[in-house]
Amino acid sequence: MEVEKYIASGILELYVAGALTPEQNLEVQHYAIQYPEIKKEIEAIEAAMMELTRTTSPKMPEDGFAKLRAELDDVIPFMPASSEKKTPWGSYLGWAAAILFAAGTLWMYFQNTNLKSEIEISNQEKENLEEIISTTREEVADKESLLEELRDKNVTVIALGGQAVSPDSYAKAYWNQEEQKVIIDAQGLPDPPPGFTYQVWSLKLDPLTPTSIGLLDDLASDNTKLFTLENPNASEAFGITLEPIGGSETPTLEQLYTLGAVGA
Amino acid sequence: MHLDNLIQQFQKKDKVAFETLYNMYAENICGVINVILKDPERSQELCQDVFMKIWDKSDQYDASKGRFFTWILNIARNTAIDELRSKSHKNQKKNLPVDSLVGIYENSEDLNGKIDTIGLQSLLKGLKDKCILLIDMLYFKGYTQKEAAKELKTPIGTIKTRIRSCISAIRKNMA
Repeated sequence: MEVEKYIASGILELYVAGALTPEQNLEVQHYAIQYPEIKKEIEAIEAAMMELTRTTSPKMPEDGFAKLRAELDDVIPFMPASSEKKTPWGSYLGWAAAILFAAGTLWMYFQNTNLKSEIEISNQEKENLEEIISTTREEVADKESLLEELRDKNVTVIALGGQAVSPDSYAKAYWNQEEQKVIIDAQGLPDPPPGFTYQVWSLKLDPLTPTSIGLLDDLASDNTKLFTLENPNASEAFGITLEPIGGSETPTLEQLYTLGAVGA
Repeated sequence: MHLDNLIQQFQKKDKVAFETLYNMYAENICGVINVILKDPERSQELCQDVFMKIWDKSDQYDASKGRFFTWILNIARNTAIDELRSKSHKNQKKNLPVDSLVGIYENSEDLNGKIDTIGLQSLLKGLKDKCILLIDMLYFKGYTQKEAAKELKTPIGTIKTRIRSCISAIRKNMA
């Protein structure tokens, strides 16, 4: 960099005048730090302008700064008072907008949280309802298939009447000989005492030959009171006795609750 | 105190530093305003206003953008030009008479006793009208180099070398 050429270019005169672009200002400043001759030259140009403007200056009052100082002392502490005259609507508006925005955001946040929890509750309810619907559907399907089974043309309905030990008891047997199945409707039997269960017998009458076809376990807790049992026998009657849990080899006839003959 | 430190203190609203700067530059700032207004009384008033502005805007001065003198020179001439505009109702900088320094030089007899007429005449001795006009545009009207080149229909390079020789002539007259 040729310092003398740079100085001679006249850029420093323009720098002091403030006639350069911001980039050029930075460049000059950079060189002024790097090259003392340039800094000195800038100061000399400034001194010339200081001298020129000194000669054009009106006589300065002796107390120039004293007056200014009074104004500084006056104005600075009372800045708020002077700004009171000009109501800073822009500032108020800005704050008001900011507060409104914050409140709005907060409100939306809570709304959103509420909605989210409401949605969650709704979803939960929906799931519950769906479960109920599917359970109900299953029940309906079960009942429909049960009804179909009961309506089957091969089904013989046998009413089992109450016996001496429990005259009010009753039951029904829906016997499908084709499928070798018996559905026992135990609606009319009392809940068995603890340690006991009902046992269903297929009977041949002459001579009296009972064959166990199954137990009505957990009758008390079974809502439908319907039990499907296998029955490959050529039954002539069905009987239900109360037996110890697990059932017995032969029926305890003293505890015969219901009895009914096929075709009776 | 070094000028840079002084300016730093002033930017921290140190009144003592501000007073020192005032004493260093007030006469020149009033001189700048008077070149533009050619009205010594009004210039003195505006000069005080300019220093109030300088105090209020102290945090806006950025050394990377130029000399402190250049910064206050700019505030002073803008204030003075605004004053001229408010009087003449002219909105364009270019509509302002480009003759303030020429005028103050030629009419310095009228201002005799109010400014340093002898000093001014000896400083500008031997300077061509072209020089005085260019100094006026760049220093007292705030033309950028581009604006000056356009106004004078002269290449920027010529503007630069010319202002260099003009200021050099003043510096010779100072010696």
